[in-house]
Amino acid sequence: MQHPAFEEVTIHHHTIDDAAFKKKVRKTTILLSVITVIELAIGLLIYNIHKGENPSELLVLMFKGMVCILTLAKAYYIVSVFMHLGDEIRNMIMTIVVPLLLFIWFIAAFIWDGNSYKNLRNTYDKHFQETTMPAKHHKEEAKPVEKPTGKE
Amino acid sequence: MATTATVHQTKWWSGGKSPFNLEYGKVMMWYFLMSDAFTFGAFLISYGSIRFSQNFWPDPNVVFNAFPGAGHANLPLAFVSVMTFILIISSVTMVLAVHAGHKGDKQGVIKWLFWTIIGGLAFLGCQAWEWHHLITGEHAVLIDGQIDIIGQTTRANPWGDLVSNEAAMAALQKTPHETLVNLAHQSNHAVSHEQLVAMTDQQLIKEIKLDELHIRSKGPVAFGGYFYGITGFHGFHVFSGVIINIIMLMMTQKNVFQNRGHYLMIEKAGLYWHFVDLVWVFVFLCFYLI
Repeated sequence: MQHPAFEEVTIHHHTIDDAAFKKKVRKTTILLSVITVIELAIGLLIYNIHKGENPSELLVLMFKGMVCILTLAKAYYIVSVFMHLGDEIRNMIMTIVVPLLLFIWFIAAFIWDGNSYKNLRNTYDKHFQETTMPAKHHKEEAKPVEKPTGKE
Repeated sequence: MATTATVHQTKWWSGGKSPFNLEYGKVMMWYFLMSDAFTFGAFLISYGSIRFSQNFWPDPNVVFNAFPGAGHANLPLAFVSVMTFILIISSVTMVLAVHAGHKGDKQGVIKWLFWTIIGGLAFLGCQAWEWHHLITGEHAVLIDGQIDIIGQTTRANPWGDLVSNEAAMAALQKTPHETLVNLAHQSNHAVSHEQLVAMTDQQLIKEIKLDELHIRSKGPVAFGGYFYGITGFHGFHVFSGVIINIIMLMMTQKNVFQNRGHYLMIEKAGLYWHFVDLVWVFVFLCFYLI
């Protein structure tokens, strides 16, 4: 069947009925809201961990990782349902998604580079280290900082 | 309709039809959005790279803890969650506008587009308030041995590490009179401004309650530039999305799409609007959550 307006579009794919569509939109809206609420809860949890006596870097990093995964889930639902990419044919999905895989290298490389720059400066630029290191780490200043301490 | 049956038989790359089974405009909108995703991605990754190169980065829960009308109450993440929900809801109303367009329901398109525009404007209003609050905020910061009162700008960041009371006390001795008056006023609203100005520096220092002021050192300068740059670029996208939606609304009312026989233009505007929501999901993650 041809699209009413465009010859090059050969198949009309929005064939689901009204009720099914409304249900799908409602389900996605609830899902996005619930994920956002969970993200906010984790954000507040991280805040409370930071306020505590001995904040565990590993625990904070784990919660931050969880928020990142939840965000990717949200992005998936927005693109697939709201933007209807999930309803397009495979050719279309691939032409959009495959180039975005570059981000995997992009993120890893640049964050690695930033971290390496920090370590180099802490090793060779003592002024930088002394003026920017938070107070709670001052006690460990005797030995050079080599281990990356995560995001903070 | 025999949708599933034909999909298997179609040779998409044999020519004479769109290999993506989409009309030209929609394919181009997708490609534009992909390139825009790379632009935003580059900004956010650059931010991440700088953040990882610092020994200290401000805790977002400390920076974003204000709510309109709540004064100095500490409400981390509250306002930004309102902004996030506004954008999610306006995305849903846009889906409904696109769906009404599929059915050729002109009144439905007008109704849902209208609500989408309202959502976009509400978001922009929230962002304007947030920026204004950050720029005009008054935070006591230890700079070059004395206390200064600054807001969050692209040149200064008031959210460094907390300063110990001894260090703050030493800095107060070198702080100019006007700043002391201002600090004393923050601690004690009962005394009038004239009375405070008349006091000596030592009297003023006694009035200042250090435990309530939370004096901090300077934070990384890069924070302001990245925050205003990226949320501003996103805000500009929301703004242009609102303009596009207003144009779509006017065209719908003038029966442009009805006479054309289809509402595909609404779908393209919808794609752009959802993309704005999508970008916010990542801005929200990078600046407010982690």
